[in-house]
Amino acid sequence: MAMLEIDNLHAKIEGDEGREILKGLTLQVNPGEVHAIMGPNGSGKSTLSYILAGKEDYEVTEGSVTLDGEDLLEMEIDERAAKGVFLAFQYPIEVPGVATMTFLRSALNAQRKKRGEEEVSTPDFLRLIRERAANLGISQDMLKRGVNVGFSGGEKKRMEILQMAVLEPKLCILDETDSGLDIDALKIVSEGVNALRSPDRGMIVITHYQRLLNHIVPDFVHVMNNGRIVRSGGKELALELEANGYAEYQQSAA
Amino acid sequence: MPAVQETVEQVRSIDVDQYKYGFFTDIESEKAPKGLTEDTIRFISAKKDEPEWMLEWRLEAFRRWQTMREPEWARVSYPPIAYQELYYYSAPKRKDGPKSIDDIDPEILKTYEKLGIPLRERDALLGIESTGGSKVAVDAVFDSVSVATTFKEELARAGVIFMPISEAIREYPELVRKYLGSVVPVTDNFFATLNSAVFSDGSFVYVPKGVRCPMELSTYFRINERNTGQFERTLIIADEGAYVSYLEGCTAPMRDENQLHAAVVELVALADAEIKYSTVQNWYPGDKDGKGGIFNFVTKRGDCRGDRSKISWTQVETGSAITWKYPSCILRGDESRGEFYSIAISNGHQQVDSGTKMIHLGKNTTSRIISKGIAAGHSDNTYRGLVSAHRKATGARNFTNCDSLLIGDKCGAHTVPYIESKNSSAQFEHEATTSKISEDQLFYCRQRGLDPEEATALIVNGFVKDVLQQLPMEFAVEAQKLISVSLEGSVG
Repeated sequence: MAMLEIDNLHAKIEGDEGREILKGLTLQVNPGEVHAIMGPNGSGKSTLSYILAGKEDYEVTEGSVTLDGEDLLEMEIDERAAKGVFLAFQYPIEVPGVATMTFLRSALNAQRKKRGEEEVSTPDFLRLIRERAANLGISQDMLKRGVNVGFSGGEKKRMEILQMAVLEPKLCILDETDSGLDIDALKIVSEGVNALRSPDRGMIVITHYQRLLNHIVPDFVHVMNNGRIVRSGGKELALELEANGYAEYQQSAA
Repeated sequence: MPAVQETVEQVRSIDVDQYKYGFFTDIESEKAPKGLTEDTIRFISAKKDEPEWMLEWRLEAFRRWQTMREPEWARVSYPPIAYQELYYYSAPKRKDGPKSIDDIDPEILKTYEKLGIPLRERDALLGIESTGGSKVAVDAVFDSVSVATTFKEELARAGVIFMPISEAIREYPELVRKYLGSVVPVTDNFFATLNSAVFSDGSFVYVPKGVRCPMELSTYFRINERNTGQFERTLIIADEGAYVSYLEGCTAPMRDENQLHAAVVELVALADAEIKYSTVQNWYPGDKDGKGGIFNFVTKRGDCRGDRSKISWTQVETGSAITWKYPSCILRGDESRGEFYSIAISNGHQQVDSGTKMIHLGKNTTSRIISKGIAAGHSDNTYRGLVSAHRKATGARNFTNCDSLLIGDKCGAHTVPYIESKNSSAQFEHEATTSKISEDQLFYCRQRGLDPEEATALIVNGFVKDVLQQLPMEFAVEAQKLISVSLEGSVG
């Protein structure tokens, strides 16, 4: 069984009669693999990431998701996080007055506690965060500022990757991490992500454009449209999409 | 960072329905007869061995009070208070004044221990010096009479007078007579006038010219005797160029009846003097249905009497069933400055109507108001503030920022700012926001591993950070704990 098994997943917005956003999505992710999910706007990419993370606005009507054989959909949001699910947000949320440092330490210790591990000591935590922040070109000053408050789009995305680097998740979901990034920022963020590629970590990279995949080279590319995966292939599939667009999939879906 | 952690632990460690400090100490007390008459006042005055002028002062207040009506403009509602059913004086029984700490009723000491108050000098010294070398002098008020005063000698060396006001009336009658009622007049308002008539005890501080008070001064109030209104009277004077930081904090035992509390605090800052007054208030707020709880009607006012003087109020209000409280500054001296930093938290069925008044009278006076109101449960939280510039207050400036945070959808936050300017050069800025802890914020925090309670504590701590930073270290940590404790159970 794969680390992450998504089987025939159907979902809709909670309380919304009828309209399904995911219509039978199936996907397996194993440790060490990077899966890119591409697709036009409205194809359900972000919905998939929210459902995996446990956002409460969605209702799963059919299908299943397991992580290491455990039913992911039964778990609370924070429980999923402690099991190693990390979502890098497309639009990271501001938490005014809470220093990134404080936020991350609280998060890390909350996760560790849930896993029955010792809390990380202050010196160890400082060492960890300084090292990870330096790799991403994040200054100490930025770590003292409120979470995502007053940061540029690029800075916010770097902060998401920093959080990922500190929390060391098992499954990383990157939701349109490239949106709003200029080419330099894209490079820094991609390098940060690549540094986290490891044999025991799986990644789902959601993106609209192929250019991110020049920097984060995926093992698999899936085309998503109208709530399901309509085609899968290797990294060359991304290039084909870049050349031809999503038109053929959209027509076939209609 | 560790404080946040502690906050979270604190929330865990406390049972939801159990008010931690709700125990009752059994001590024989000496009470004045129930009800309020001139005889009651004579009783109180005689008990305290007061000079004739003090008794007259009280009686005058009492006569005035009888003609006054309880104010009704605040956004709070409560059943009528039966003033004649209350006791207006109770003191722990003792033969003579305590000679040393050993003379103090062990029961009282135990109560303080439960509260974690370092009453014994030794404890205070050990406890405080290990956290950065600063010292805290505690003038502990148990019900109505101060039972112990610490650090007296060191303060005396600096020339600082810090003692129960009842003692000050006897020992420093000129000082007390000169300043008592000079900031909050006897006739000021219903509750202040009541206090003037029956005040039992409180603290008196005088910091002489040019002296920087060598330690933080701190008083802990507790309300202990059944049906006893508590009428504290505090008077702090910073003479020219002096500086003093005063901390006040309190908890009260659980009980069924509502308890009336009407304190008066007067601050006087002469030229170039500075007074910093910090409060952490955690009185019994009532049970989960809103029954019981303290009624807190407080008049706190500071007079920046001299040029370039400064008065700063910082408060963290988490307790009481009803809070009616507007720590204010009269900016009389030129270039004087007033500050008000407030965190007011209401949960359950608490009602808070609190804010400040900044009265600009002198030239180039400045004031700053930062108010953070947090409403949860079924509570109502109102900020009510007045900023005014007198005709002569050329160049007056004020900055006001009022933020309200709502947790859940059954609570209310209200902002009622009054602004009056009679001088065209005055500049007043007012910012106000009301927000809810958003689902997105909670989702984000939880996605990183925090459970809903941890996430809420973190977000709220962030919201109030600007004000928490104004508190002395000793209080900041305590306040942070209180905030989380007050909000527990507010997350669905």
